[in-house]
Amino acid sequence: MEVEKYIESGILELYVAGLLSEEENFEVYQNAQKYPEIRKEILEIEKAILQLTKASYPDLVLRKGFDDIRSRIGIKKEPKVVQLPKEEKTNWTAYSGWAAAILLGLGLFWFYNQNNELQSDIKVVEQQNEVLEQQIFEARGSLTNTQELLNDLRDKDVAVVSLGGQEVSPESYAKAYWNKRENKVFIDAQGLPEPPDGMVYQVWSLKLDPLTPTSMGLLEDFTMDENKVFVLNNPNETEAFGITLEPAGGSESPTLEQLYTLGAVTS
Amino acid sequence: MDLDELVKRFQKKDVLAFEQLYGMYWENICGAINIIVKNKYMAEEICQDVFTKIWHNAETYNPSKGRFFTWTLNIARNAAIDKVRSKSYKDQKKNLSADYFVGILNRADTDNHQDDAPVDLTALKKMVLNLKEKCLEIIEMLYFKGYTQKEASQQLDIPIGTVKTRNRSCISKLRENMNV
Repeated sequence: MEVEKYIESGILELYVAGLLSEEENFEVYQNAQKYPEIRKEILEIEKAILQLTKASYPDLVLRKGFDDIRSRIGIKKEPKVVQLPKEEKTNWTAYSGWAAAILLGLGLFWFYNQNNELQSDIKVVEQQNEVLEQQIFEARGSLTNTQELLNDLRDKDVAVVSLGGQEVSPESYAKAYWNKRENKVFIDAQGLPEPPDGMVYQVWSLKLDPLTPTSMGLLEDFTMDENKVFVLNNPNETEAFGITLEPAGGSESPTLEQLYTLGAVTS
Repeated sequence: MDLDELVKRFQKKDVLAFEQLYGMYWENICGAINIIVKNKYMAEEICQDVFTKIWHNAETYNPSKGRFFTWTLNIARNAAIDKVRSKSYKDQKKNLSADYFVGILNRADTDNHQDDAPVDLTALKKMVLNLKEKCLEIIEMLYFKGYTQKEASQQLDIPIGTVKTRNRSCISKLRENMNV
């Protein structure tokens, strides 16, 4: 190939202008790689056009520059600087996520405890209520009893007998309210001392001539009884009432050495 | 760095390589556009568009089909011609139909205060002053106006083979002026 003639043909100027066909372009490209003179000539032609175009650009321009290009193609100037706080940011998100989870857990635990406490409080209150209800019920019962007792004692058929203290216990006293119509005797034993363990008071109906004692019954649960009023049956023709201290379960006949109170019926 | 290597990296979307290529060619591409639109602000706007476009179409460039500058120049030329053909440009530029290089020599003494006028007249004048009007015409047609050889031969009323040789001799004179 005659390189000189090829250059002189003017094909390289058209190559730089971009006016050749695809085949011609490829041919020039291959020749340029093969022949350094051709390559050099192409660069010289390009240089001339570069100078011409550069001279055609006015000095006094805005010169937006490559920063404008960056923003146009959507690339920020220093992506690495942006990335660092980005990583930190994701860490913070994770941290705050964990913190929120822990707080939620603690909150749930607190609510659970609070709920348990409230439920046990409710149980205690319920139990207290039951106790109160029981007490009210008992108080009502006791009030009813007292009312009945008062009515019984006020009955016009009741004879009141005072029982005075005897040698064993001069301080002791008692009262017997005898309803002859109903054969019932109310013994008010408030003036008697509490019986020792294993002992019990026994009430006797006495006939004086000859002295004949008949057991009317025992004052059971003396300590526990609040008003110390005991109701006993008495169908006998009683002339006097006596109370003795006897072994638990009572005796066949009174132990006269342990006679605490005694009172005659005045008709 | 070697130009071929720079272009390869640019085609792989290396922004730093792109920035270097921009630095190498922005004045030339903007200048080529200014030759057509004859307005430096408009030229710069189109010029930035062109560089944005070559970034997005980087993979379509193939070295076996031409020089990188030639490829970019073609895209710039098309963008500038599109602008000149648009209605808004025609409305604005009714009275400026003169060809650039030929016009420069005629206008230079009278209206170089205008925004439209090329400012760096001394350098340009020095390059083109002793070129004949025939030369300026053919260079402007082939390099900046996108005329094919055939279109140029019809426009200038010369045989198609003459277009090629005349262009060769005109570019040679340009190169001589540069080396002075």
